[in-house]
Amino acid sequence: MDAASTRTFALQDAIFARSTQFFAMLVLVTLLAILGSLVYGAWPTITQVGPKFLVDGTWDPVRRLFGGLAPLWGTIITATIAMVIAVPVSFGIAIFLTEMCPPVLKRPLGTAVELLAAIPSIIYGMWGLFIFAPLFGEYVQPALTATVGKLPVVGTLFQGPPIGIGVLSAGIILSVMVIPFTASVMRDVFETTPAILKESAYGLGATTWEVMWNVVLPYTKTGVVGGVMLGLGRALGETMAVTFVIGNAYNISPKLFEPGNSIASSLANEFNEASDPLHLSALISLGLVLFILTFCVLAASRWMLASLAKREGKRT
Amino acid sequence: MSDVAKAVSNDRANNPIYRRRVWVNRFNMTMSMATMAFGMVFLIWILITLFSKGFAAFGPQLFTQMTPPPGSDGGLANAIFGSALMVGASVLIATPVGIMAGIYLVEVGRDNWVAKITRFVNDILLSAPSIVIGLFVYSLIVFQVRHYSGWAGAVALAIIAVPVVVRTTENMLMLVPNSLREAAVALGAPMWKVVLMVTLKAVRGGVITGILLALARVSGETAPLLFTSLNNQFWSTDMNAPMANLPVVIFQFAMSPYEDWQRLAWAGALLITLTVLLLNILARTVFRQKTQ
Repeated sequence: MDAASTRTFALQDAIFARSTQFFAMLVLVTLLAILGSLVYGAWPTITQVGPKFLVDGTWDPVRRLFGGLAPLWGTIITATIAMVIAVPVSFGIAIFLTEMCPPVLKRPLGTAVELLAAIPSIIYGMWGLFIFAPLFGEYVQPALTATVGKLPVVGTLFQGPPIGIGVLSAGIILSVMVIPFTASVMRDVFETTPAILKESAYGLGATTWEVMWNVVLPYTKTGVVGGVMLGLGRALGETMAVTFVIGNAYNISPKLFEPGNSIASSLANEFNEASDPLHLSALISLGLVLFILTFCVLAASRWMLASLAKREGKRT
Repeated sequence: MSDVAKAVSNDRANNPIYRRRVWVNRFNMTMSMATMAFGMVFLIWILITLFSKGFAAFGPQLFTQMTPPPGSDGGLANAIFGSALMVGASVLIATPVGIMAGIYLVEVGRDNWVAKITRFVNDILLSAPSIVIGLFVYSLIVFQVRHYSGWAGAVALAIIAVPVVVRTTENMLMLVPNSLREAAVALGAPMWKVVLMVTLKAVRGGVITGILLALARVSGETAPLLFTSLNNQFWSTDMNAPMANLPVVIFQFAMSPYEDWQRLAWAGALLITLTVLLLNILARTVFRQKTQ
């Protein structure tokens, strides 16, 4: 090879390396640009309303009063309900898929769970509005009010108009949507447990449950928490599954049957109609709050999943 | 069974600790099976509803007629076309960006700080709330040019598609054995030739899988299109104007009080789900051939 072609190659490689770096930086810049544009759009609210925005529950576009507490409350409550249901169910599904499932069914059921995670969220929302909500309002809600609703303190949660749509329904639909995500992450994480650990426990006479609870879960706990956080990140930012069934009312109430609003559903419903600049800015502020919230949750989730992957890497 | 064995098993059956352990195990395993059934029941229920309601409104007019005003017959032709156009454009934008960024992460940057931060940021973007991406593109494009447009929609979808392509490209390139790279370098090939003609070629199937998955992910996204492409009642091929698309039409029609609109919404929902599932299955089979 002569010197000239070596030089050409060096130049070509430098250009190639730089251009791939440019695209990698583009991904990085996108995140910063999202943050920057949200802060810029939210600026009028930040200066005119200030930190009160996060604790004030009045949202009145006519009187130009904007407090973000109601949608923030709705977002956190619906995500909490979703996780309370989804975590034990996904855990059960993951145990079933890793330890109990007959080998013939393992692949198809695993694939089914993954395919269900791919179904667009608008489908869950429509199903929730047209099928789930009417049945829930007619049969389940009156029954809940009549039984659990009579208990002191906890009972308050299960009161309100039995109309099917509301915060509780939104939380349940969200949980159905999140279950496939968390279940498939948990299954993947459980499968990283070295077989020798499980076999040793079985060899000592441990039951399947004892192996899962005392061997597999401690070994994979950071990964499991990471998977749960990933599901939580999805649940917090989900728009369509929630907007259909939450009822869209700015309402802060411990009664879960009442309609409410989440950040994503307020944005979906109001953003295109807002003409007042302060109203637009208040909505963008909600978006900023949501972005920061999910960023923290997802960052924590990634960190935990990565630390499990690192340990697995060391092992092999 | 010998007498000794019988005695041992009797002893075990009467031992309260042993009995408790067995029952705890039985109870928990039953619960685990019940959760699997619970999950499957909901999901099968959703699919059955979707198929029965969707097929009731299915027909050739879906693909030939425009979205109707309430009370008259129509189809979803403009919305299907708009969706295809925007999803296609977004994947065309996302593919080169995602593949190049993925190449950087594995072949160029490896473990330097740019690569580390990009990997982390990409993971965050992979699950970032899509409605926030809609807000971002609104401020970036729609607010600046003062009108909704198909391009804005395509850009919003591309931002969602890029992390999927980056992630799969990265994972696939990691699988390429180093000896392959070394062999190519030893022949005197420059890095760009090694990457584009050897390593990337070796994982072609996997990269295509990533693109198909991105396509599937983006096809069903509603939230980012609400503030970017909005909707359009008529046939429009102008990417610079508001553009009809399936998810937003479904949202609008399903939330309306009109029954014929709701019927069309179910048909559209079925169409989207079938597309997404088909793309996913296709992606899986392409990938499987590759690994075998």
